[in-house]
Amino acid sequence: MALLDTNNAKTGGLRNWLLSDSPTNAFQARAQRFYISWLSFRVNPIAMMGLFIVGSLVVVAILAPWLTGGEGIEQNLTNRLKAPDKEHWFGTDELGRDIYDRIIWGSRVTLYIVFLVSIIVMPIGLLIGTIAGYMGGWVDTILMRITDIFLAFPRLILALAFVSALGPGLENAIIAIAVTTWSPYARLARAEALTVRNSEYILAAEIQGASTLRIVVAHVVPMCLPSIIVRLTLDMAGIILTAAGLGFLGLGAQPPLPEWGVMIATGRDFLLDQWWISTIPGFAILLASMGFNLLGDGLRDVLDPRSGDDG
Amino acid sequence: MSNSDTSIGIGARKISPLPSYINKIFHVLFALLLTFIGLMAVTFVIGRVLPTDPAMAIVGNRASEEVYQAMRLQLGLDKPILVQFWLFFTSAIQGDFGQSIMTSRPVVEDIKRFFPATLELATLATLIGVVVGIPFGVLAAVHKGKLIDHFVRVFGLIGYSVPIFWLGMVSLLVFYAWLDLLPGPGRYDFYFEGVVEPVTGVILFDSAMAGEWDMFYNALGHIVLPASMLAFYSLAYISRMTRSFMLDQLNQEYVLTARVKGLPERIVIWSHAFRNVLVQLITVIGLSYANLLEGSVLTETVFAWPGIGLYITNSLFNADMNAVIGGTVVIGVCFVGINMISDILYRLVDPRAR
Repeated sequence: MALLDTNNAKTGGLRNWLLSDSPTNAFQARAQRFYISWLSFRVNPIAMMGLFIVGSLVVVAILAPWLTGGEGIEQNLTNRLKAPDKEHWFGTDELGRDIYDRIIWGSRVTLYIVFLVSIIVMPIGLLIGTIAGYMGGWVDTILMRITDIFLAFPRLILALAFVSALGPGLENAIIAIAVTTWSPYARLARAEALTVRNSEYILAAEIQGASTLRIVVAHVVPMCLPSIIVRLTLDMAGIILTAAGLGFLGLGAQPPLPEWGVMIATGRDFLLDQWWISTIPGFAILLASMGFNLLGDGLRDVLDPRSGDDG
Repeated sequence: MSNSDTSIGIGARKISPLPSYINKIFHVLFALLLTFIGLMAVTFVIGRVLPTDPAMAIVGNRASEEVYQAMRLQLGLDKPILVQFWLFFTSAIQGDFGQSIMTSRPVVEDIKRFFPATLELATLATLIGVVVGIPFGVLAAVHKGKLIDHFVRVFGLIGYSVPIFWLGMVSLLVFYAWLDLLPGPGRYDFYFEGVVEPVTGVILFDSAMAGEWDMFYNALGHIVLPASMLAFYSLAYISRMTRSFMLDQLNQEYVLTARVKGLPERIVIWSHAFRNVLVQLITVIGLSYANLLEGSVLTETVFAWPGIGLYITNSLFNADMNAVIGGTVVIGVCFVGINMISDILYRLVDPRAR
């Protein structure tokens, strides 16, 4: 790889430190791995576009108070159903709320959903998968049977039924989505765990008397993380779409929270004459899930070149 | 995809007098049984354990005390949870999901009435996905890196990312309200109500059989938009998978051999490479069909399509737990069943998978 050319005298100390072929400590080795992945990530236009969209989403969510004139929930009935103009870029909705403000604040809700689902789903999938893969035997059989059962379920319908039993609401929608999405991660983690189970470094840890838990958490889980993260990034779009769908049906986030799916649903009654109320949040959802799809595709190409579709 | 490795179990390693693929099919059937029991268990938890008062969730809060107590007794809420599950399981197997409060009829009767509409929509959408998606996928693989390839990729990307319910609304706005090219929501215009006696419940089929061609064309016009919206995802999925399978095949040596022999490119692509892809596509098509059956929930809501998805969502808002559970089980069973059938088909068709 030409990228690894370290003899370039002009480059600064940091770059040399990152590309030195004899790292002096674990931190440097880890930083190098990231840097080298980043170098191949950087030249992948699809990945960079995804990163740009997702990055903008995060920045917009963080800067929401400075980008908007309010919190997106202030009603102003004298200003209701205004078409997009200079003052209200995306128009106003049936309660006179500024749609631009609500879109910006809605990015926080979307990221909140995505974040919570990830931190529920990742540990569950990782733990079940790595334990099944590392332990093998009947533990593996039982855990994988359960995983297969969940894998075979229709996700959206089950999430719907879950929410209907728990009651509508953002948190319940998140729980419902998490319950129906963890299974592929367990399968993936198991497959990765199987490939490292018999490696020598695991054997070395076993001989040193490390407990099963320690081996799984400290030595097996880190090996599974890259593929889990790629898969999660690719699934983000699906998670965003499901959450928006639940919001659209009135089962997810509740008004007046500026969630994009809810905004589409409230604009439905005004679709014929005030098309902008429903249409604009849809573009926001499309853009966000497209960003995650692109980022996921790019990450997969970088971290796992085998599974890429040759593109 | 998801089920392709379920057969790697303990039984497969035993020496058996049966041919190994029959053995594997038994394995798949065993997994199917387990999955059904799991499905029942999860819906049981949703319907009977999660609600704070399951009897109240079924009869609603306007029911009289006697009705409420009778329901408690019928559900066996005073009995241990496993007995309750057994009661739920045995009645569900017999197709007894109780009464719906919304329609005051047995849930299973409602489902029989609503299901054909969903089946019609999902089947047509899958057909569109297959008929359009496969050729596009093949073309994209053959002309890799060319305009058509980029088009298929961008189209696929949008298909994976767009909220279908939103696209449905926008398409209604454009094609129905603004351009007036296509009819609006519903399965047919209301003056066709009762023209045809439902035999199969699939309107396109029933009206054609009865010779009511006016109604057939009207229903066809109504289904075009929802079916194309629903087909978008499967189109994206099928064309993407076809492209990737096709690229794998085109890089194989037998394709090179065929080309060196001087076979026309058309034959190399369609009779050699594509034949191998077709086998792999069975699972993909099965999976996307199953996904469309459940994905129709949102599409049906947008297009007021009287299918099982609309039935479930309407029941949700009327706190009609029996109907929700019944609908969930039926869609779940179809979903699992279709996946298993495509898995078995794959094993039968592809000698390598035996």
